[in-house]
Order: sequence, then C-alpha cells, then structure tokens
Amino acid sequence: MISPVTMRAVRTAGAIPNSEFLLEVEGVRKAFPGVVALDDVSFRLKRGSVHALMGENGAGKSTLMKIIAGVYSPDSGSFKLRGNEIELNSPLDALENGIAMIHQELNLMPFMTVAENIWIRREPKNAFGFVDHRALRDKTEELFDRLNIRIDPEINVGELSVANRQMVEIAKAVSYESDVLIMDEPTSALTEREVEHLFQIIRALKAEGKGIVYITHKMNELFEIADEVSVFRDGRYIGTHKADDVTRDDIIHMMVGREITQMFPKEDVPIGDVVLSVRDMTLKGVFHDISFDVRAGEILGLAGLVGSGRSNVAEALFGVTPATSGEISINGRTVDIRTPAIAMRNGMAFLTEDRKDTGCFLVLDILENMQMAVLRDKYVSRGFVAQAEVERECEQMREALRIKTPDLNERIENLSGGNQQKVLIGRWLLTRPRILILDEPTRGIDVGAKAEIHRLISKLASDGVAVIMISSEMPEVLGMSDRIMVMHEGRVTGFLDRAEASQVKIMELAAQ
Amino acid sequence: MAMEQVTQPAQRLERPQRRRKLPSEVNIFLVLIGIALIFEILGWIVTGQSFLFNRQRLLVMILQVSVIGIISVGVTQVIITGGIDLSSGSVVGLTAMIAASLAQTSDFARAVYPALTDMPVLVPILAGLAAGTVAGLINGSLIAYTGIPPFIATLGMMVAARGVAKWYTRGQPVSMLSDNYATIGSGIWPVVIFLVVALIFHIALRYTRYGKFTYAIGANMQAARVSGINVGRHLIKVYAIAGLLSGLAGVVLSARAISGQAGMGVAYELDAIAAAVIGGTSLSGGVGRITGTVIGTIILGVMTSGFTFLRIDAYYQEIVKGIIIVAAVVADQYRQRKRRKA
Ligand SMILES: Nc1ncnc2c1ncn2[C@@H]1O[C@H](COP(=O)(O)OP(=O)(O)OP(=O)(O)O)[C@@H](O)[C@H]1O
Ligand SMILES: [Mg+2]
Repeated sequence: MISPVTMRAVRTAGAIPNSEFLLEVEGVRKAFPGVVALDDVSFRLKRGSVHALMGENGAGKSTLMKIIAGVYSPDSGSFKLRGNEIELNSPLDALENGIAMIHQELNLMPFMTVAENIWIRREPKNAFGFVDHRALRDKTEELFDRLNIRIDPEINVGELSVANRQMVEIAKAVSYESDVLIMDEPTSALTEREVEHLFQIIRALKAEGKGIVYITHKMNELFEIADEVSVFRDGRYIGTHKADDVTRDDIIHMMVGREITQMFPKEDVPIGDVVLSVRDMTLKGVFHDISFDVRAGEILGLAGLVGSGRSNVAEALFGVTPATSGEISINGRTVDIRTPAIAMRNGMAFLTEDRKDTGCFLVLDILENMQMAVLRDKYVSRGFVAQAEVERECEQMREALRIKTPDLNERIENLSGGNQQKVLIGRWLLTRPRILILDEPTRGIDVGAKAEIHRLISKLASDGVAVIMISSEMPEVLGMSDRIMVMHEGRVTGFLDRAEASQVKIMELAAQ
Repeated sequence: MAMEQVTQPAQRLERPQRRRKLPSEVNIFLVLIGIALIFEILGWIVTGQSFLFNRQRLLVMILQVSVIGIISVGVTQVIITGGIDLSSGSVVGLTAMIAASLAQTSDFARAVYPALTDMPVLVPILAGLAAGTVAGLINGSLIAYTGIPPFIATLGMMVAARGVAKWYTRGQPVSMLSDNYATIGSGIWPVVIFLVVALIFHIALRYTRYGKFTYAIGANMQAARVSGINVGRHLIKVYAIAGLLSGLAGVVLSARAISGQAGMGVAYELDAIAAAVIGGTSLSGGVGRITGTVIGTIILGVMTSGFTFLRIDAYYQEIVKGIIIVAAVVADQYRQRKRRKA
C-alpha cells in the first residue's frame, strides 16, 4: 500500500502511473448504527468519462462518494487510485490526492465573499503573509472566465440565490484541478439554463481526461451527459452499463425492482373559488407588480430562470420577507402577512427551497423536525404537547412518505438528502394547509418517491387545497400544473393554461 | 441489454428493536463518580479521612451547589437557544440587595415608631424575583428587537446591574434581615428550591411547546421562523426566565448570608455556564438537558469541596477547574465528530 504522502509526491512529480481506471473500489461495506448503508459495493471510474450513479433515496450513493472523498472511512473494502492501493484519512487527504467532491448540501460560508469561499485555505498571500485580496479576485475572475460564470467574486455568498451558490460550489470544486470530481446532485437547484452551462463545464473537464462521478435523480440528464451508469439499491451494487445500452425503464427497474408506470398522476379535479388573490405585490429591487389568483383545487406552477424572483414571491406570500407594497387577500379577506406565524394562521404552508438553511433542524431528531410546525392548539394543551398523538401522526406520515429510517428518534442529519426532504414535506402536510406553497418540492427525491409525492400533491388539490408550486424541472411543471405563471427578472411575463403549455412557450416567456 | 439478476430488495432496516441510545448524561455521571472517588482515595491517603462520608461536608457542598445550580438551569436554556447569558452573576448581586433591603427587621426602627411591623416575607421575595425578571426581559428585548448578539446585550447588563446594585445603597451592605426571610436560606431549603426548579424546567424542556421551540431556535433560527415560531417573543421568554432564576438565586443567597452585598455573585455566571457545558450543553445551540446541567453543577461543587478538604490552594483549584471545562468541551466535540463519522 502506498501512503497518501507518497502518492502526492508522485502526482506532483507528474509521474502518474497509467491505468485505465482512475478509481477502483471493491467490496466496500459501511454500517451506521441500525442501518447498513453499503454492503459489498464495487465501483470503477474511467479516465475521461462521466459516470452516473442512480438509486433510490437512501440507496447509499452519497455514502459511497463520501468514502471516496475521505469523509467516512469504510468498515471494509479496498480502494485503488490510479492503480495503486491507497487509504484516505480525511477530505484534505482526498483533495491532495486529486479527489474533489461537491456535496449534496451546500457548504459555503454565507458571510464570506465568493472569492474567499472558493480559495479558502489556499488564499494567495502577499509578502507579509496577509491575504492578497487583489490576487484573490483576479484568480477568481480567471476561474470564472474559464467556466463562463458571471458572478461578482466580491459579493457575500449569503446574498446569492441557491442556484448561484451551487455554481460557486462547482467552480470551487473545479479550482482544485482534481482528476476525480464527484458531483452529488449538483442540478437539484438549477434551472435548465444553468444545467446546460454545467454540462458544458463537465464536457470540457472530460476532454481534459478527468473522471466525473455524477449523482442525479433526473433521467434526462443521465442520457445527456453520462457515459456509464451504475445503479444501487438498498446499499447494494446492482450493475453498471453503458448509458447508450439502457433505457429509462431498465434503469428504473434496476433501481426499484418494480415498474413505475404513471410518472405524473395528475388528477383532473373541479376547480373551486379563488382562495388566494395577490394584487400588485412589489418588493423593491426584487419583484414588481405581481398579480395572480389561485383557486381551490388548482395547482399553479411558477416557472422562470434563476433570479427571476420566483422564490422571493413565495417568501413574500408567507411573510418570510414581506413585500413592500401590494395586497394579498385570502378567501376575499385582505390579510397583512408580516410573519410566517400569521401566514400559518391563515392556513398557509411553505416548503422552502434550501433544506439545510431554512428547513432542517439538523441536530434534532426526525420526530422533532416533523412536528415543529404543527405544535398549535390542536396538539397542545396548557403548553404541554400531546406527544403520543403527534408521534402517531408522524409515524403515519413516515409510512405514507416511505421515509427510510430505523426510527423517528434518529437525528435528521443522518438521513439521506432525499429522505430529509420527505421529512420536511411531512412537516407541512401535517399542518393540513388550505394554501400550500412548494419551492422545489421534489428536490433530491428519487423517481419512485417523486411519483408518490406528485400523487400526494394531486390528492391535496382534489381535497380543495390551493397549491403554488415552484419547480425548475420542466416535466414537473408541465405535468403537475393547471396553470403556469412565468416570471422574468422580477415580473410576470405571462400565464399558460395546462392545455397550451409547452417547454418552448415557457422558455420564450422566461427568457424574453 | 443484459440485465443482471435483480435481487429481491432485502429488508435492510432493522426496525423493531428500537435502539434507545444511552443518554449522554450517563457519561457525565460516570465522570462525577470518578472525581468523587479520586477525592475519597486521596482523602484516605492524605488526611486519613473519608471525603464522602461526612455529613457536614456534604451539606456545605450541596448548599454551595444550589445557588449556582438555580442560575445554571436558566443559563442552560439560554445556551440551548444558541445564546449566552453573562449577566446572571450581577443580577444575583442586584436582586440580593433589593430583596435584602425589603427584608430588614424593624426592631430598631420600632424603638422610635412602635407601630411599625415587619413586611410580610413574600414582599422581598417577589421584589427579588421581579427585579431579576426585569433584567432578563431587558436582555431578551435587546436581543430580539435590536438584533445585537446575546454576548453583547448580556455583557452590558452584567456591568450595568452590578452598578445598580452598588448605587442602591451607595455600596453599603444590607444586614439585620428578618428571621422569616433567613429561613429561605437555612437548612436544606436551598437544595429543595434548586431541585424543584430543575425538575420544573426539565419537564418544561422535554414535554412542553416552550421546550420544543427553545431547541428549535437553537438548532436553526431561520427554520424555526419559517415553521411559524415567533422567535423574538420566545427569546424574550427564555431570557426572562433566566433572569427570574438569577433573581431567585439572589434571594436564596442573601437569605443564607442573612445580608445583602453588592459584590455577591461575582463570576457566578461563569460557573453556571461551565456547569451547563460540562453537562453536555452545546454552545452552538440546539443540544442540552437539565439533568446534565445538574450533574455538571455537582461536579463543580465536588471539586471545590474536595480541594478545600485536601487543603489545596485555591489557585490550583482554579487551574484544575479551567482544565475540566475545556476537557468537557473537547470531549463533546470528539463525541460529535465520532457520531458523524460513525
Ligand atoms: N451519518 C449517518 N448516520 C447514520 N445513518 C446514516 C448516516 N449517513 C447515511 N446514513 C444512512 O445510510 C443510508 C444511505 O444514505 P445515503 O445518504 O448514502 O443515500 P443516498 O443514496 O445518497 O440517498 P439520496 O438520494 O436521498 O441522497 C440511509 O439509510 C441513511 O439514513
Ligand atoms: Mg445523497
């Protein structure tokens, strides 16, 4: 076995032993208390190729990649890098050996600038050993030019949209110039345009001979970008195929072991009266003169590019960042929604876009996470929580959403990304909302569960709930919405009915 | 394409055996036992006496523990929200002065005005509690409405409350307290008060909405707000309760000393924070329990008492206390990292 230090020396000397595979892992096992996350898993990555990983939520994709990136150490298994056996002890170790990873959840420091975030630990220093801010900016601009990214390097990351933060993460990972680049669901917060942009970057990297591991739940991406695909199920390796040799149905079959027929089981339901009516809502500098109605039983899709203000509109509706002017009325009554608590009192629920930032209580357990929004009068008497009752409801929700966990007392931190998302969906469904606002509801959710969630949303609509759904995934918007409102740079550019809507029409309105 | 033999999805979630993790308090409790045993052994070696089996010493220790303990129950809740309360020691001094001044006997004054009677003992108690609550309300409101960090808000209160305590009698101590008042601090009363307070807030944190919201705010303030929690109002409640408990500690302390002095409670806030941290409360918020804090307070008490018992200089005592606090945090970080790495 070669020590990481030697490998590093070999690598810097440019004497990289040639081998067809950049990376080979075999017989990897990893158990967490109560769950076997990986069992006898193998995986090989070729030079100059994009290797997609597919599998249901909790199948073990992220865990395997974290092992490769030095975050976890496996219980057993062998690990070869460029043909040499190696053992990684930390993410730093992995980075220095040419393995970089973009994690499923964003990991940037909100109060530091884009440039500082990218070059953290590697800041250019001046003669006195202080950080050289000019060089820092220049380096970042150079990197952004190369990747064709247009973000101000000196803005604080906290001010960026989730999509732009994701682009910064991508740039940061690329900046390590690693041979192996792991991307864990990089597109879950990106719209079509950025996805295309990312694919260009990936193709360029591929041409340079790098190996890219690409985890996604989106089938169309798989066929567009991947050379090979490996499928995992319940912690086991199922198989690897050339992307050209398989069909969508093959993959799904391998993933879930059963057929999934209906992808978007949208029911046609009678549309009722106007429940939520918004007039001339404006938040200065962010969005302007937004007016629309949503009716009972209706699903209103919100489409637009990143930065079009869709999420800001949702946040304003729910009182997270209230609008500066305009009028919101619910069931014909004008309401002043200054805080989320007021919104909830008016029967609203809001699933936010960034589950780590505004969704999960990471250090608390699943039960606490799920029940937090429902601790209202119904389940609380004299301040005491009717714990048994709430727990029963949460347990039912867990089953309905098929959240993969040994028990509800597990910390949510330990769930896979898709399962965390399900917990948050559960949190809002428990509140029995009349108006449900969903921002990227199926972010990080696997195909099977996605159909399940779509069925749930559809069911809620048929019960008369008014749904507003933001989604960057075209098939989802087109499949689920009764009507689509398209935004561009903070303004509504048009409405499309279900019958007339198409990807092209949406893009025309979104890009103007 | 050649599809592999697709194996039957194994039922991989070992659900039924609900694994109840050992509460982390067990570890701290073992540490407590360990420390006590070390003193016991050293006691026999150095002085030929038992450390633990001495009624007198245990009583003194447990009394000392009580005042810090009452404060640390409040401080624990503040830390769980991700905040900090530096003002508790000063608030103890302030409330001790106010309560004591209203608890003075009228024996002397009666020589001149024979009609004068003692005030009912409830008056000084309520005044002390009220003063503490007001201090806490000010802390909480500053944090909730101006958005300044808890460290700064309570640092200001720490300095100001001590100032008010001194100004109140121009630095003079208040003595000659009524017997009724002194009862609160006598015998086993402080311990009883401490345990009742601990029990109440143990229950509050675990089973009430107040408790759930407290943890939620500390775990992720943004998510708490989006979940419909009125974060500002809740923080005010938590800081007010911390102030109230400091006030209670001030009352107990002045009753026990049968006097009020502006210098009372100096550096108690640090002991209270230390007790919470030793007990497993995380300074990054969202994690902590009253049971842990109670054990943490007792650990501090055992150490103080043990060092006195072995007649070791107070300097060493402070050095070791410092080390234990840091060790507690290091151990906690290590536990967290291990949990993540699993
Ligand atoms: N730190 C941990 N502690 C305990 N269990 C864990 C931990 N990390 C992952 N797991 C469990 O291991 C299993 C695999 O999780 P992993 O994150 O690899 O899934 P995934 O395939 O990436 O899913 P997703 O598509 O939802 O992101 C899950 O059941 C998860 O609950
Ligand atoms: Mg994952």
